Amino acid sequence: MSKLITFYKSSIGKKILMSLTGLFLCTFLMEHFVGNLLLFKEDGGRAYEAYTEFLLGNPVIRFVEIFLLVGFVLHIFLGVVVWWKNRTSRSHNYVEFRLKDNTPLASRITIWTGSFVFIFLVIHLNSFFVPSRITDTKVPLYDLVAQAFQSPLYDGFYILALILLGYHLKHGFQSGFQTLGLLNKKYSTLVELFGMIFWLIIPLGFACMPLYFLLIHKLGPSAMTIGVN
Amino acid sequence: MNITLKVWRQRNPNDTGRLVTYEAKNVSTHMSFLEMLDVVNNDLVKKGEDPIAFDHDCREGICGSCGLMINGRAHGPGRGIATCQLHMRGFKDGEVIVVEPWRANAFPIIKDLVVDRTAFERIMQAGGYTSAKTGGVPDGNAVLVPKPVAEDAMDAASCIGCGACVAACPNSSAMLFVAAKVSQLALLPQGKAERTQRVLAMVDQMDKEGFGNCSNNYACEAECPKEIKVTHIARMNREYLRANLVEK
Ligand code: SF4
Ligand code: FES
Repeated sequence: MSKLITFYKSSIGKKILMSLTGLFLCTFLMEHFVGNLLLFKEDGGRAYEAYTEFLLGNPVIRFVEIFLLVGFVLHIFLGVVVWWKNRTSRSHNYVEFRLKDNTPLASRITIWTGSFVFIFLVIHLNSFFVPSRITDTKVPLYDLVAQAFQSPLYDGFYILALILLGYHLKHGFQSGFQTLGLLNKKYSTLVELFGMIFWLIIPLGFACMPLYFLLIHKLGPSAMTIGVN
Repeated sequence: MNITLKVWRQRNPNDTGRLVTYEAKNVSTHMSFLEMLDVVNNDLVKKGEDPIAFDHDCREGICGSCGLMINGRAHGPGRGIATCQLHMRGFKDGEVIVVEPWRANAFPIIKDLVVDRTAFERIMQAGGYTSAKTGGVPDGNAVLVPKPVAEDAMDAASCIGCGACVAACPNSSAMLFVAAKVSQLALLPQGKAERTQRVLAMVDQMDKEGFGNCSNNYACEAECPKEIKVTHIARMNREYLRANLVEK
């Protein structure tokens, strides 16, 4: 136990925990993305409903959800702790500091991109998770989604959050591998290519969802009635 | 050429310090940056003023004593050089140059541009050595080290302990320095025996000194005068993880 505490207290230990939780969250993002591709199926949401029901009724998934929550909490908590430590390790700033010359933008703003994604996450959960799982409004999730994405303002916010998520992962994904000691000449190109799935393709794909519902999809009769009575 | 210098002057560790402007006239483009400061200091001494304090020794990029933040860049503009290897031909006539000391809470300022880097020494004392007596020079073929491994260890060993990695890092992290030392010894057979205790002790000391955490910005690699690669940081992370798993 004391060994674990020493590990946690150390700078590298905290970073390793951050990378493990971060990469774990990436696997969730992947699953969430692939599942949500069903939203594009023009069948009035039947396939998507079947998928969400499967998730709801599956005890394994419910169990994994606990880890997901722990993963999010740990990642965010450690992110803030590390950021604060870093901020306070140079009490007197340089008059002139050309950090921009030496570092990519994404690496300098992870705390801000991360914070924005966190705000997004709260709103996102409030729009979909809370009504479908907690207050249990009995409205099909598909209709909730279709409805929510009718608002250009909501869609704009959603897309902005995805762009920032992309920036967060552009740095975070390869950074996680570096922290785990897995980046070297042999693997760095592979990690970079694999990382593009997470920082480019997935956010891009997710961004297509609100656009699809805003511009292409026609609301079904059930979705039209949400909030009417 | 004529240069306007804005130099950080601070009488002692407790002084608040400030930028003071000096005009350097008729500077030769062949001068090194430190030689230019010598000339400015000569004038100051002639005027009865306190010369600017800065660290230096070998003046050929091998000792790691020098180190100035010049126009916001550790060791000034250019790659792979220490401050003592920087020449005035890299600047424009009439340029304003801001000169500051390394800034990190783990490197407190002693005077003007001189900082206390003994934190690095304490990290080395914590584990940056092999404790076995190796005797005289061994026969070249007695301990076989594959060429790529030897090259990698040699690259790590070229770290001169200047502290530019800390100065350039937005988090004042010392990871590149410590990684170079851990890496160098972990790669070679003589150092391997104590790799577990070494990495644990050195990282522990690094944290105690108050350096920040690495956030993989890689500003250190960009400013390191010896161009030490961040792959050594990856190796140290690996070593640290391994040490935690195998430590008894
Ligand atoms: S790693 Fe490079 S910048 Fe850091 S102390 Fe060694 S030589 Fe200087
Ligand atoms: S004075 Fe020795 S490295 Fe610059």
